[in-house]
Amino acid sequence: MVELRIEDLHVSVEGKEILKGLNLKVRQGEIHALMGPNASGKSTLSYTIMGHPKYKVEKGDILLNGESIIRLSPDERARKGLFLAFQYPLEIPGVSLTNFLRIAYNNLVQTDKSKDISSEIVSVFKFKEILKEKLKLLKMDESFANRYLNEGFSGGEKKKCEILQMAILRPKIAILDETDSGLDVDALKIVAKVINTLMGPDMGILFITHYQRILRYVRPSYVHILLDGRIVKSGKEDLALELEEKGYDWIKKELLIG
Amino acid sequence: MASDKMIIDESKYEAKIPVRYVFKTEPGLTERTIREISSEKNEPDWMLKRRLKSFEIFKSKPMPTWGPDLSELDFDKITFYIKPEERKASSWEELPQDIRETFDRLGIPEYERRFLGGSGAMYESEVVYSKLKKELREMGVIFTDTDTAVKEYPELVKEYFMTECVPPSDNKFAALHGAVWSGGSFIYVPPYVKVPVPLQIYFVMAQEAEGQFEHTIIIAEEGSEVNYIEGCSAPRYSKSSLHSGVVEIFTKKNARVRYTSIQNWSKSIYNLNTKRALVDENGVVEWISGTMGSKVTMLYPGSVLRGKGARAEHLTIGFAGKGQYKEGGAKIMISAPYTSAKVIAKSICANGGVMGYRGLVKINKGAVGSKVNVRCDALLMDSSSKSFTIPYNEINESKEVIVSHEAFAGKIDENHLFYLMSRGLNEEEAKALIVRGFIEPIMKKLPFEYAVELNRLIELEISKLPGAVG
Repeated sequence: MVELRIEDLHVSVEGKEILKGLNLKVRQGEIHALMGPNASGKSTLSYTIMGHPKYKVEKGDILLNGESIIRLSPDERARKGLFLAFQYPLEIPGVSLTNFLRIAYNNLVQTDKSKDISSEIVSVFKFKEILKEKLKLLKMDESFANRYLNEGFSGGEKKKCEILQMAILRPKIAILDETDSGLDVDALKIVAKVINTLMGPDMGILFITHYQRILRYVRPSYVHILLDGRIVKSGKEDLALELEEKGYDWIKKELLIG
Repeated sequence: MASDKMIIDESKYEAKIPVRYVFKTEPGLTERTIREISSEKNEPDWMLKRRLKSFEIFKSKPMPTWGPDLSELDFDKITFYIKPEERKASSWEELPQDIRETFDRLGIPEYERRFLGGSGAMYESEVVYSKLKKELREMGVIFTDTDTAVKEYPELVKEYFMTECVPPSDNKFAALHGAVWSGGSFIYVPPYVKVPVPLQIYFVMAQEAEGQFEHTIIIAEEGSEVNYIEGCSAPRYSKSSLHSGVVEIFTKKNARVRYTSIQNWSKSIYNLNTKRALVDENGVVEWISGTMGSKVTMLYPGSVLRGKGARAEHLTIGFAGKGQYKEGGAKIMISAPYTSAKVIAKSICANGGVMGYRGLVKINKGAVGSKVNVRCDALLMDSSSKSFTIPYNEINESKEVIVSHEAFAGKIDENHLFYLMSRGLNEEEAKALIVRGFIEPIMKKLPFEYAVELNRLIELEISKLPGAVG
């Protein structure tokens, strides 16, 4: 079983310390919700796990199956089964979704023996079929296949496109960074349904979110609360409900008292 | 694209194959050289006179003092005319083995099979291979080499050759061209005829230090349409060599002309061209160009919008690598109302290459309601490469006139790279994809084969970058 373990992680961005000793463990088959107010370090955590060069690990470690990954490039981490659904997916002009995703698919899925598919490079034609099926799943128009990556997509379309990529690349551990924000309720239900379809013993999810709303549809095994660069409280599903009801100030007060 | 990681056989682009000649002039340029060229071609007297007149203008004009450094260009060392042994062949099999080999290495055969329609190919300074579709002939379309046109269509050539569009007095290199020109395409499309296939020609220079001065004329009569494509790819040599072509396009009322060129001269070549279109009422001209090779390039295709509602579109991709200095650009000269022009210039600079945009927008009094939009984007692959933009605007009419110029130059966005790499693309793949995306708006206007070849050439250049994997 694949396990992502974060140990006493300290991360700085441009000299400013954002994460201050974070510990977390996510295994295949589990859904972890990570909740926190603005500027608590949620996105820093997701970028750091994926290896953005701007985020510097000052102390601590990130381990995948016991092996440190902090020196690996983002593509090497992806090859090991990590995936990040971006909070703000980037627009890449002139690069079609099909062209880009087929290279990614051939690199990640087709070369991974554990995914039990023939390891041949798929042709454009065959890949288009795969993509078409997943587009349908997300109720996205077929024309997205030929559009340039995220260019001119609405906020909701960009988020759906991230989940589409996840559905195609089939990661072992996926980090979803505020995938729910910017989605209307119909889109939210579709996205949640796809996540639930993909979810199983072979995938673990770290769902970073502001709101409890999505957790009605994607039910977490664990909920963690991130405050000022540290996980300050962990619990089960009901923690999210309690948080929704009482707000982050409740946690802050509780911490002060404690 | 057939595969994600293209395997590039670099030798294909660096081949040098021996050429056989029947005639070549001594290096250097004198009146005698010009008389020799003319007599070797059995030209009528009027053309010789024009050559000699151009030569006088050439001698009287100083070298340009702006733009790239041309001090290493030595006219005394250049051979201005070479005629290949083989004249015109009407089928692929008739071409001599060594010529076929050059084309083979450049990947022409597939291309030729696909496009057999109405393509001609140019080897050295003469068109040796040309196959004109019978259909075109029946439509009254003339598609021949310019030397033949001088003999067979003298009235047309007299009227259009370096008269109104690009006179020899235009610039020093146009004057030089007028004196020593050789080869090129001549296209005439009668009124209301729409040429159904792109007309293509492939120029190849295979002799060191040879000047190549092809002259292309496209006349699109009222309401006609034609699409002309030329590609240039050259073996690599050591000494400097000069290429100075002229293209003259006449787009009459309601006519439409698309001119596409791909240039991959060897990196020792000075590529100094003059290309211009005269566009009449509601006519449309499109310039699409990709420039890869050469040591120094000066190329500023011009559109003279002189009829009401005339339009021009200029799309350029340029690559400048190690040791290359290139200026691309556009000249938009407007003298009629309600005309419009759009210029998109994209350049990629790597390994210390320099590529700049030098453009002119001139709007004369009376050109009310004219619109010009210029956009220049440069992608710098490393910090030793350079890009610049020099726009000259001369606007003499203000009523409803809109002129805009946008320029962008920068490196590959780190966040773009991270996004693609987070999906398992390695750095090289991610960069190649971003670069391909950058030039995509122009690539999609090119015929498939050209887009593939250009993509390969660019990837080949990028893979040579220091730090690139593989």
